[in-house]
Amino acid sequence: MSTQQGQDAKFFQRGKIEEFRAELQAAEAKDKKFQKRKTVLKKIVANITMGNDMSPLFHDVIQCIGTPLLEIKKMVYLFLVSYGRSKPDQIHLVIPSFLQDCNDRNPLIRALAIRTMSYIPIPVVTEALTDQLRHCLKDRDPYVRKTAAICVAKVYTADPRKAERKGFVELLRDMLIDENATVVSNAVAALSEIGDRQDGVIFKLNLTIANKLLSALGESSEWGQIYILDSLLRYVPEQHADAEMMAERVIVQLQHANSAVVLTTIKVLLYLMNYMGDRRLIDYICRKMGPPLVTLLSSGPEVQYVALRNILLIIQRRPTVLKNDVKAFFCKYNDPIYVKLAKLEIMYRLAREENAREVLAELEEYASEVDVDFVRKAVRSIGRLAIKVEPAADKCIESLLKLIETKVTYVVQEAVIVTKDIFRRYPGKYEGIIPKICENLDALDEPEAKAAMVWILGQFADKIDNVEELLDDLVYSFLDEPAEVQLAHLTAVVKLFIYKSQSEVTKALVHKVLKWATEDIDNPDLRDRGFMYWRMLAMNPAVAAEIVLAEKPAITTDSDRMDRGALDQLLLHTGTLGSIYHKNPETFIRNAAGRALIDSPALNANSRAVLVSLARPQLPPIAISVSGPGPVEPTRPPQPSEAANNVPLPTIMESSRSDERDLLDVEGDDGAGGDSGEGYLEGDDDGPVTKAADPYASLGGAFGGYVTDVPQPVAGGSRGGDLDDLLL
Amino acid sequence: MISAFFIFNQKGEVLISRLYRTDFKRSIADVFRIQVVSNSDVRSPIITLGSTSFFHVRVNNLYVVCVTKTNANAALVFEFCYRFISIAKSYFGKVDEESVKNNFVLIYELIDEISDYGYPQNSEIDTLKSYITTESVISSAIAAEESSKITTQATGATSWRRGDVKYKKNEAFVDVVETVNLSMSAKGTVLRADVDGHIQMRAYLSGTPECKFGLNDKLVIDKNSQGGASDAVELDDCHFHQCVRLNEFDSTRTISFVPPDGEFELMRYRSTSNVKLPLRVIPTVNEIGTTQVSYNISVKASFGNKLSATNVVLRIPTPLNTTGVDCKVANGKAKYVPAENVVVWKIPRIQGGQECTFNATAGLTSTTTRQVWARPPIDVDFEVLMLTASGLIVRFLKVFEKSNYHSIKWVRYLTKASGSYQIRF
Repeated sequence: MSTQQGQDAKFFQRGKIEEFRAELQAAEAKDKKFQKRKTVLKKIVANITMGNDMSPLFHDVIQCIGTPLLEIKKMVYLFLVSYGRSKPDQIHLVIPSFLQDCNDRNPLIRALAIRTMSYIPIPVVTEALTDQLRHCLKDRDPYVRKTAAICVAKVYTADPRKAERKGFVELLRDMLIDENATVVSNAVAALSEIGDRQDGVIFKLNLTIANKLLSALGESSEWGQIYILDSLLRYVPEQHADAEMMAERVIVQLQHANSAVVLTTIKVLLYLMNYMGDRRLIDYICRKMGPPLVTLLSSGPEVQYVALRNILLIIQRRPTVLKNDVKAFFCKYNDPIYVKLAKLEIMYRLAREENAREVLAELEEYASEVDVDFVRKAVRSIGRLAIKVEPAADKCIESLLKLIETKVTYVVQEAVIVTKDIFRRYPGKYEGIIPKICENLDALDEPEAKAAMVWILGQFADKIDNVEELLDDLVYSFLDEPAEVQLAHLTAVVKLFIYKSQSEVTKALVHKVLKWATEDIDNPDLRDRGFMYWRMLAMNPAVAAEIVLAEKPAITTDSDRMDRGALDQLLLHTGTLGSIYHKNPETFIRNAAGRALIDSPALNANSRAVLVSLARPQLPPIAISVSGPGPVEPTRPPQPSEAANNVPLPTIMESSRSDERDLLDVEGDDGAGGDSGEGYLEGDDDGPVTKAADPYASLGGAFGGYVTDVPQPVAGGSRGGDLDDLLL
Repeated sequence: MISAFFIFNQKGEVLISRLYRTDFKRSIADVFRIQVVSNSDVRSPIITLGSTSFFHVRVNNLYVVCVTKTNANAALVFEFCYRFISIAKSYFGKVDEESVKNNFVLIYELIDEISDYGYPQNSEIDTLKSYITTESVISSAIAAEESSKITTQATGATSWRRGDVKYKKNEAFVDVVETVNLSMSAKGTVLRADVDGHIQMRAYLSGTPECKFGLNDKLVIDKNSQGGASDAVELDDCHFHQCVRLNEFDSTRTISFVPPDGEFELMRYRSTSNVKLPLRVIPTVNEIGTTQVSYNISVKASFGNKLSATNVVLRIPTPLNTTGVDCKVANGKAKYVPAENVVVWKIPRIQGGQECTFNATAGLTSTTTRQVWARPPIDVDFEVLMLTASGLIVRFLKVFEKSNYHSIKWVRYLTKASGSYQIRF
């Protein structure tokens, strides 16, 4: 069939209610082939789209419902879906027409009628729908049945208890063994939605039903396959063999063209592997997962992004996957920035001795690109590569020194920050480069970089000739510095004093800083530390030296990895939003269902040892509100108008406030893990969840401190900074 | 699942707005406009504010947007957006503001059909076209029987094909299209070279034909498991249209299927071994002092002289402070495009084995802040007919149908690069 060109753009004009009403009335008299009515209705639909309230035309529009033109019927239905809810007193006028359609001989019409009715969740309509829906669930036409299955989910949302009373859930369960795969998959989708509700019935699968669903898999549409695959996580294998058999049946889906099918298949496989005993099979599955994951990088950039964020999780839990594929993650110059940033993290994680040279060469290339965030992250990755892969350290340092010579301020600052960690990782090895770094003192204007520099000066005060002069210069702005830098200064001058207690300059310097810290500063941490140092130095400088210059714990990259229990849980959300943000959904989406591995005789002992169990939240006794961040805290307060726009549906907020507290009650003992200051911004009212409920809140370190290295949000409400917080 | 679907134009005006669920009001569109459309620095295709997440895909001057309040399957949401775009393309020829506005009523019909309550439903173009049309349909006139056929197809095991297809002449066209991605370092070493292959098929076959498809004899798929000979064509991975029986492929390596009617993508594959690079580019770029950059670039076609590369376009970056470029080329035309800081060198045709050269000098203004030039890579676009960079070849395509008709099959090969054949210098 050739392409069809419409000519409807002319209807995209704001119109007046009165005009439309008059036109509709005029059309009643004489309307050849219903053209006039069609035209007016198109104008009305265009106006609905543009956001004009067309509801006053309710009475006029429903007059057209009897028109025997399908296109007109669909437009009237669209109108009803848009405004039906706001006209509970008039909606009864269209019920007879709906009922007639529900019993039409044409299955498409029957399905259209119940689909439309179920979109209007007010009692009059739902009441009328109930009987029809029961028939339609058993309609002889599969198209009607598959539509009816979704209708049950809608009816359930409107009134869960009533839907249960009317027996719809059981009818839906019966559909799991329907002969038609599309019907089965929609029934699965509807049951899953109901099962994910906190007040919904529990939806679990036993082996028999799981096998039935698997046999429907091959005949389902691609979307249906996703619903079915997703539901397999509701089946808990009791024996290794069950998990292994099931994995073998779904693994062919990795070859599917739809990326969502592929990712959902991977989710199922990752889940099932927790219940397997056969090491060889697990290895085989891991090997099989790699290539399809890389292939996802040939999809559109949006899907690439989803894939990359998931890969980052998968390779932490299953390091053999993709271990030889680092090249696939090299950035293309024209990749969108979000793809580049996500690739960079994976490159770092896949780096090891064998590929370190190639990775470093790439990182050097990126360090000369344009995007500031990307460049900074590339520079930081070079430093982290030095820390992670010892044999590559020399080359990395060389490269960092070259970058410092560029004098580009943000490059220099990043380099200084990582250099500090390199010094700690390899004590006594690279201190020779300190003079080079000291040349760039003036370039530093960010707290983290300054603090790192000050730390270096203090730590190696005995090896830097003009250290007193340098520190004295830096200390000049002490009172205006952020606490991070002030603390670094305080410790640095104390170290200096321990090295050079004879020098008068040093004495004056340390005295000055201690006095500031204890007298002019309000920050209690700083003051306390000031007093502590002062007393230590006064009472016993030798002991002070021991304490201040004590051997520091070695820096390793072990802490990079998320712990296994957390990963096991997070991977149950592979492909979803939670996997993008690396957060369990219940921690940032109100009313989202959490998932956890369920214990069974087949569960791998190691998985069991780190099992994070999930209690089903109970209905709360009272409502309390907890302010806190979601994935993004759109740093309010911006302009008032924007603030108003950003708070959707206050009514829903009211009702769900209470649930937040649930999360707190259930999981609060996991401890608050504020990873950085960002968590404590005054979130907008929509901020659903509390940090305390997030057992992984302290995973900032898992990404090499990247989470904290984004620019601070600019006052005035630009949200760039915080958005990145999450996405990195 | 998806709660709302929108299409915005570049100004942030709503062209399509469909709320599948009652958890949002239409005003949610304003939030997207503020957060994304009017934001000059959008750094993610997903924005989450509170419990609300916005997914967007840009196409031409439009934003296709899905909104959800659940922990939605992000891959599914984006695939749904892509699918909508390809359906719209198939229906209207192109997807832009004009075509969306011209067909908005039809779009409402479509998005109501391909998604129910935010759950994507059957979205096979062929099937959709059989009952969602621009022609006026009298509702009572649709024979219930005809509709039953449609519904059976829309929910059936071969939802992608109608049963009653008839052609006078039975033909099938197979297009093997390979996109070569190359990243070459300044030293001339290949950092990565891989091929994204698509096998596009246009099937004009009557009845319910059973097709079998064969590739190179020495094809190695899943190369990890075997060693693989060096001259074999190795595919790292392959993906199939949903008509292909995956179980059969898994056990016997045969690609067998009942094709949809008309055009579809049968197979997608990826290869990283033995990739033959059709064009060799050797750049020599020198910065002479702070006022000049000299270029000497040669391009050589490294395939047989019976074939030729066409539509070759090299985009050669110049420093930001370039005032003008003096180019000398023996083949094609070269032109400095100041707005993009590149010299575009277009060569209509390069015969296999032929070499073309480019010599130029760029003049620079003196700048006060002397920033280092980032030297973005040279990007090369081209097309070579009847060549596959991976070496993949279609050995046979067999069609079995119960009426046993004769069918004609055509195979074409195309290797191309667009936007990802990059040479650093």
